[in-house]
Amino acid sequence: MLKNVHFGPSVLPFLLVFPQIVVTLVFFIWPASQALYQSLLLEDAFGLKTEFVWFKNFEELIHDPLYWSSFEITVVFSFLVAFLSMSFALVLAIFADRVIKGSGAYRTLLIWPYAVAPVTAGALWVFMFNPTLGIISYALSALGYEWNHQLNGGEAMALVVMASAWKQVAYNFLFFLAGLQSIPKSLIEAAAIDGAGPLRRTFDIILPLLSPTTFFLLVINIVYAFFETFGVIHVVTAGGPAGATNILVYKVFNDGFVGLDLGGSAAQSVILMIIVIGLTVIQFKYVEKRVAY
Amino acid sequence: MARVVLEGIRKTYPNGFKAIHGVDVAIEEGEFLVLVGPSGCGKSTLLRMIAGLESITEGRLSIGDRDVNNLEPSERNIAMVFQNYALYPHMSVYKNMAYGLKIMGLPKAEIEERVKKAATILELTDEQLIRKPRQLSGGQRQRVAMGRAIVREPSVFLFDEPLSNLDAKLRVQMRLEIKTLQANLGITSIYVTHDQVEAMTLGHRLMVLNAGNVEQLGTPIELYQRPESLFVAGFIGSPAMNFAEARIDAAGKTITISGQEALPLGDGGMAEHGGKDVILGVRPEHLELVAGAPDAVPMTVTMVEQLGADTLVHGHFGESKSDLTVRLEGIRHIKGGEVLPIRVSPDHLHVFDPKTERRLS
Repeated sequence: MLKNVHFGPSVLPFLLVFPQIVVTLVFFIWPASQALYQSLLLEDAFGLKTEFVWFKNFEELIHDPLYWSSFEITVVFSFLVAFLSMSFALVLAIFADRVIKGSGAYRTLLIWPYAVAPVTAGALWVFMFNPTLGIISYALSALGYEWNHQLNGGEAMALVVMASAWKQVAYNFLFFLAGLQSIPKSLIEAAAIDGAGPLRRTFDIILPLLSPTTFFLLVINIVYAFFETFGVIHVVTAGGPAGATNILVYKVFNDGFVGLDLGGSAAQSVILMIIVIGLTVIQFKYVEKRVAY
Repeated sequence: MARVVLEGIRKTYPNGFKAIHGVDVAIEEGEFLVLVGPSGCGKSTLLRMIAGLESITEGRLSIGDRDVNNLEPSERNIAMVFQNYALYPHMSVYKNMAYGLKIMGLPKAEIEERVKKAATILELTDEQLIRKPRQLSGGQRQRVAMGRAIVREPSVFLFDEPLSNLDAKLRVQMRLEIKTLQANLGITSIYVTHDQVEAMTLGHRLMVLNAGNVEQLGTPIELYQRPESLFVAGFIGSPAMNFAEARIDAAGKTITISGQEALPLGDGGMAEHGGKDVILGVRPEHLELVAGAPDAVPMTVTMVEQLGADTLVHGHFGESKSDLTVRLEGIRHIKGGEVLPIRVSPDHLHVFDPKTERRLS
């Protein structure tokens, strides 16, 4: 029989959770509630007059074609980033899993990009692709292709996707590698005896067994592309040219701090908040169900 | 069905570790060979070399008159049952069994026929065939793993400790099932285990491995009655054989455990080893409790284990340090500290050279 042990009232547990509660309150609850409140206000650019307008900011957003185009751009951008970084990481992880000699050094090197700050990563790619100075744009022009992401929206998108995906490859690689290593070796051997070659084993056995990891990473990558790529965008394109890379998070900043439309910007961040909450719910619901292997 | 021949098979790992030191054996068609030995003796490595999962450093391996040294596992016409079953967790039982056949490119109808047939043999119901492996019990998973081997209709079955993950009762039951199945299908089988009871009950022949060397190859009864080395003598049989340092007299007629009465040697003595220091081995079941016999040796009891069918009495002869176990039939009421008259049956003595650890006589 289990015995319940009751402890007397004590301040210790409260003291122990206190720092965490303070951090959550100051850095999450307070700004979030401020954003919620702000999203219902209309304020002039000089902060002289503030008006409570209920959901007018949201109404305006819904009828704003620029907002929807930014939404579209975000979806395309995050899909490309997630797809590119995950597929690249998976290929690298499959190779790294087979490396026997020097695997430690190899893995460490692959993890490095994760330690690079987004702004630095962006700066790195901007230098390489700079239309006049960049080494890659120089190589491209030698091949007869004139690269200019400052003018061409498609190229700008390609560049921010590459820079953002590159940074995330390391993270995905780590998870895929751990996932691969948790697949029992005997399963692969059984498949080999069943006559499956390396490629067939990858598609029939390894990928299905990795699906919980893949799903988890998909959500993480989408969240990353939605929110954490601000630094990359800011350095590489600043949302341009002509809003071609103006993803939602960047638009929040642009409208709020550059355009000084504080209410509209707050309304946008509330919508983003709802999206991230939704993604997290999906994540918890499905990941818990599917991690059964 | 095929003959499997191993000639001078050796395995050296890239780091220089020698795992297998030369194995020669011809496994006949339909034979059940058990590789047995303690963990780390190389038995699994040897099996994996036969399967093609480990490379062969030296020697020749042929299956059904075909050299297979350099063939892929799938080309060797073998099927393997793994210790952890290695069932594909994302596939149903049916798909698990059909996967190899699908890769072979068999028509759907034939795949279904073969899987159904194997399922019938293994008493797997249609309802179980659509389940995922994780929804099955250990014994059922074991059956599916065997089913996956059967449907391939291989010429050789390889078993890598297939019963070690099951509980004791199920293990005995599955042991019988494997034996029956192998006898009915008549497929050459190689079975790896560290459990000597499993080895004795299953194998037509046993190969005892120790640190990558073949200690002895023979039928279970041969290994039991005439262990060729100290290692085999100690490994085969439960409870293990008793050993004591002893000395053969000059004429080779009697043997004396230090400080005890001389025991007669059976079979006309061992004249050629007269005057030699040896190790004497006697199985616990070959020691008798005989009151009043003139050649009985007094044994001091330290511990008694009651098994119901048998009673195991632990102790030692007089002041001798060597531990001794006696297996007596039935329930005996014996307490620690008692002194029992024990008779050593002269026909069941095993004498070993203490240096080479090989059998004398």
